[in-house]
Amino acid sequence: MVKVEDYAGGPTAWCPGCGNFGILTALKKALVGLELEPYQILVVSGIGQAGKMPHYMKCNTLNVLHGRTLPAAAGAKMANRELTMIAVGGDGDGYGEGGNHFLHALRRNHDITYLVHNNQVYALTKGQASPTSDAGFVTKTTPHGSSDPLNALAVAIAAGGTFVARGFAGQVDHLAGLIQEGIQHRGFALIEVLQPCVSFNRRNTFAWYKQRAYRLEESGYQPQSKEEAIHKAFEWGEKIPIGVFWKEEKATFEDQIQALREGTLASQEINPGRIEKLLDALD
Amino acid sequence: MAIDVNFMIGGEAGQGVQSAGFVLAKALARGGFHVFADQDYESRVRGGHNFFRVRAKDREVGAIRQEVDVLVALNSESVALHRNELSPDGVLIFDSDKDVDFEGNDRMLGVPLERLAQEKGGNKVMTNMVGLGSAAGLFGYDRQILRDAVTDFFGAGDIARSNVAAILSGYEYAGTAFGSGRLRVLKAVDGQRRILLNGNEAIALGALAAGCKFLAAYPMTPSTPIMEFMAGKADDLGVVVVQPEDEISAINMIVGAAFAGVRAMTVTSGGGFCLMVEGLGLAGMTETPIVVVDGQRAGPAIGLPTRTEQGDLQFVLHASHGDFPRVVLAPGTVQEAFWLTVKAFNLAEQYQVPVIILNDQYLATSYSTSERFDPAQVRINRGQLLNGDDLSRLPPYTYRRHAITPSGISPRAVPGRNGILVVTDSDEHDEEGHIIEDAGIRTAMMEKRLRKAEGLKEEMAGPKKYGPQQADITLVGWGSNYGLLKETVDLALAADKEIKVNMVHFSELWPFPAEAAAEALANAKRTVAVENNATGQFARLLKAETGHAVDRKILKFDGRPFSPAYVLDKLWKEVI
Repeated sequence: MVKVEDYAGGPTAWCPGCGNFGILTALKKALVGLELEPYQILVVSGIGQAGKMPHYMKCNTLNVLHGRTLPAAAGAKMANRELTMIAVGGDGDGYGEGGNHFLHALRRNHDITYLVHNNQVYALTKGQASPTSDAGFVTKTTPHGSSDPLNALAVAIAAGGTFVARGFAGQVDHLAGLIQEGIQHRGFALIEVLQPCVSFNRRNTFAWYKQRAYRLEESGYQPQSKEEAIHKAFEWGEKIPIGVFWKEEKATFEDQIQALREGTLASQEINPGRIEKLLDALD
Repeated sequence: MAIDVNFMIGGEAGQGVQSAGFVLAKALARGGFHVFADQDYESRVRGGHNFFRVRAKDREVGAIRQEVDVLVALNSESVALHRNELSPDGVLIFDSDKDVDFEGNDRMLGVPLERLAQEKGGNKVMTNMVGLGSAAGLFGYDRQILRDAVTDFFGAGDIARSNVAAILSGYEYAGTAFGSGRLRVLKAVDGQRRILLNGNEAIALGALAAGCKFLAAYPMTPSTPIMEFMAGKADDLGVVVVQPEDEISAINMIVGAAFAGVRAMTVTSGGGFCLMVEGLGLAGMTETPIVVVDGQRAGPAIGLPTRTEQGDLQFVLHASHGDFPRVVLAPGTVQEAFWLTVKAFNLAEQYQVPVIILNDQYLATSYSTSERFDPAQVRINRGQLLNGDDLSRLPPYTYRRHAITPSGISPRAVPGRNGILVVTDSDEHDEEGHIIEDAGIRTAMMEKRLRKAEGLKEEMAGPKKYGPQQADITLVGWGSNYGLLKETVDLALAADKEIKVNMVHFSELWPFPAEAAAEALANAKRTVAVENNATGQFARLLKAETGHAVDRKILKFDGRPFSPAYVLDKLWKEVI
């Protein structure tokens, strides 16, 4: 039986009190709860503090480039559908550098669980504005304040996301539940996590989020349509909803690939003789 | 007397220039001829001017000829544009209902192309086939072969039947009006059957034979047909073909797929490769085997989208920041395109490096007859890919993806096996694959990766030589110009001048086979680089790696391929 300790990894380089610790704990709890062992998991991560997460646990790891997390995860998933695919990155990684990949991964519905550690700031590069920074957020690179933030959850629902949720690093068990649900969901599961940055974001702090976060499932929220879900995704201010905003069943991208019905691509044999009939056609 | 007939079909986009040209090439190949066919088209779907040249010889042919023996002009513009390209005995077939001002000129052969298409084929879209039939009729070419070539192209059915009728109407008309055998008779010869294919198809077949199971690519001329070819066979052959949102996604997808254990490739052109550069470095750093095809076209930026150039060589040699070993291969023929693609997949996995295949629009879209490839000769070498037995001998959770070894090659495992964790990082990492900043580990890991280049050097074939042992001029070329150089040497020899010409041609460019290159050029008196680019990029590489500076360069960068006659003319006029 797999235990949380089986996922214990090396020492971290995160700041004490960082929201990432809560997310790491929640992920481990979710994996153990699903009785998944480290060798069954591939964590594909980007660049930023969030991208370091797989190094701080035990799992197969593909730590890629800034913003390119989702294409690499999608390629690996198609090559081996048996792997539980977790993609991890920050708000800058996923919504800035990787914005185009984000839209199309949602649209194609790859079977990947994507954790976006949203601290509303670029932390690894020491405090510049991110795509989700609050409007007017003043940093050294945005002395006149940041532009309006991207509403990634609304975008995700509009782009065809089949599982769109938000968690909070300060509510580890609730987040672990969301991650479990995301992994069990067949298709692309976006879980954005409110992740306080203790070093560079003095505005959206633990206390700030704690005061505002409320659970959708406890509020009686049950969306009947994407329009309702998008409407809910715009709720941000005195109250910030966490939980599942939208969920629907749809064939995954991998479901629709004929070649993947013959078994795991990575274990299929190589047979050069299969081109004979193609050569016949060139005669 | 040797047979060498050069056909050209000209018309606007949408007139079926390409279909007619291809059917003609097929019919000639099936008649036992060696065929080389190239195409020239604009970046548009309708209108403009396109042409398709088909050259048939009774011996090997690997280059275009500028002089046209039979020009089929599907519109007036083609008459005007190509009339002066006719060889001394050349004839021009034009639509006698449209262009009527050539009376008295017995080399201008009027055929009511569109009218016959309407009457016999039932639709004027078959004008192209009437033109093709007229050309074949001049030679009394084998009707059955023509009929079969058309039927195979369109598939049995009404469309094929109409096209056959259109072809035969042109055939009969031209035969009756101008007498078959007007030119030298082009009789089907009982030759060996050969396949007819272009460079893109050869690469796609090479990839499939090598077990490429994953292709992610964003459409870009001239490489899109590789993707279309593989997508068309994907379901039958168990291959995944994905068209993602951009080239950045494409290369990162194949890195993910290759990391997870499949042979993976992407195809693009120079502009798309620009976007892939970061991903190339990722493959270098994570030691993930990938194959990237760059079908070069005239750059920079969008350049001439449908035209050829060898302008990406220095770019692909240096693409990405930092140092890491890579392989660059540039096939010279469709045969080489097939076999070097197989080699690309083997080297990628044996050395866990990215391999770049430099194709170009000219090789990609030119059709050529070739001996049929024998898949039984394809050797699959997956290098140090650990199998289940190897892995079960390891104590649990002790596998190190980037273990430091004398060869620099770390035994490779793929994720998903109990007791094994496969970890890698685009950050510098330790042997396990975890992120580090330690100076000593960094140095050791860089040295380990670079050591792989030593082994790779041994894998690279030296240049091919052709022509007299002793020569006054040695032509130096690479990639798609192989057939061009060879025929130039033949023409120089046939010209019977005192000046002797031979050639040295490179298909395996990086790691550069410096020793073999120096040896091949050791006795060369004067060397002339022949390249389809503006600055002599290969000449620079040669000099950097061997110290050999070529004496002259013949360069062409107008987006069009060289012809042997062009190179020879430059040699006589400008070099000697």
